[in-house]
Amino acid sequence: MTLARRIVPCLDVRDGRVVKGTRFRDHVDMGDIVELARRYRAEGADELVFYDITASPQSRRVDLDWVTRVSDALDIPFCVAGGIRSVEDARAVLHAGADKISVNTPATQRPELVAELARAFGTQCVVVGVDSLRDEDGVWRIRQLTGAPEATRALETATLAWVQQVQDLGAGEIVLNCMGSDGVREGYDLEQLAAVREVCQVPLVASGGAGAISHFVDVFQQADVDAALAATVFHTGSVPIPQLKEELARAGVAVRRTTDEEAAR
Amino acid sequence: MTATQPTPAPVVPTSRPVRVALVDSGGTNIGSVRTALQRLGAQAELTADEATIRAADRVVLPGVGAAGAGMRRLHEAGLVPVLRDLQQPLLGVCLGMQLLLEGSEEDGGVECLGLLPGQVVAIPGSARERVPHMGWNTLTPVRQDPLLAGIGDGDRAYFVHGYAAPVLEHTLATTSHAGTWSAVLGGPDGRCWGAQFHPERSAAVGARLLRNFLEVPA
Repeated sequence: MTLARRIVPCLDVRDGRVVKGTRFRDHVDMGDIVELARRYRAEGADELVFYDITASPQSRRVDLDWVTRVSDALDIPFCVAGGIRSVEDARAVLHAGADKISVNTPATQRPELVAELARAFGTQCVVVGVDSLRDEDGVWRIRQLTGAPEATRALETATLAWVQQVQDLGAGEIVLNCMGSDGVREGYDLEQLAAVREVCQVPLVASGGAGAISHFVDVFQQADVDAALAATVFHTGSVPIPQLKEELARAGVAVRRTTDEEAAR
Repeated sequence: MTATQPTPAPVVPTSRPVRVALVDSGGTNIGSVRTALQRLGAQAELTADEATIRAADRVVLPGVGAAGAGMRRLHEAGLVPVLRDLQQPLLGVCLGMQLLLEGSEEDGGVECLGLLPGQVVAIPGSARERVPHMGWNTLTPVRQDPLLAGIGDGDRAYFVHGYAAPVLEHTLATTSHAGTWSAVLGGPDGRCWGAQFHPERSAAVGARLLRNFLEVPA
């Protein structure tokens, strides 16, 4: 009996609706946030991440109304990402019912934000999202403002150094989005995730590249991540969560199995 | 884990409305705890008012964050003596469970409510077992108690914490992560319980524990 590896669908939210697609291309409306949240919960998702893709590039806060509606509808944990730039922003989102908040670009602009959030709410609430890409010299470096392709900037900071820095500041979890594999659906970036795992003592969430059930088995077994995040394969139904959990259990990966009653709810 | 978990009994709303005082300790999970109680048919009111707390059928002490800040807020609100001599059933959730004990080594050492004997310590992380302990872990009941009715060995609940209570005299269920820890505590007088996990975010298992709490005889 051990801690289960988590399966985490990520829902991109724009103007209060769930949209599909990688964060870098045209978006297709996928439906109502609460409806989709309930669906994933019934299918056995262990946690949900809502990424407000409009909040960050437009420099506005997450609209809190949908956070409250999601919180009221869910009895599993969820995290809100996008548009959180201050302790006050985070407090509003947490009070609206989110269990965790995730910061990405604002942390790259002002790393002290991570420490402020950890002091205010405890490290367990503070997730740092890291967008990372391998440069031509072979070094993984972080990117910022990835929500809008024209605004995305490459930084000098090496990914491994950044992951260590944000842990020292108080990050309670790291979501590593491997941009080189994101949207391609050919598997998670096992090499990069394993390298980050070596320097990551807090829970690590893999993101970017899931296309098939075997990719999840690989990322848990080979990169030892605590959770695997994906969007498209869950939205399209090409990876059904019950079947995914079944296959993971068969491969010897500890997962949470949901009951028939929960699935029927 | 290879075996399929035992199926918990379906959770249905309780037949009579129970008034629950949710102690406003400044934590951020209060809204979701209230919603979870309301789903079960309870009237849950967020309050720091002594009279309201004393008049409630049940009291829940939620809490997210650090022990030092949590106890400071209870002191500021004048609620420490109120919680120490409550007559009705009390449930501490997450940090709220830790605050029921005598003390915590968090924040350089904090004196807590002392309703149950024991001290909270930091979970020592290891290469394979990371801290914070975050995610769905299994429960192992070690003692029979009405709070655990319908909750079986191996059922999973959602934990998020970096500090924990060891296995103590009043431990009802344990969980293991870089050691074995109290997942559920229950005092000998049948009035004071604690859950280290978040029942409000633990799907059917969490709802069952909350329903059991609402149904224990006052």
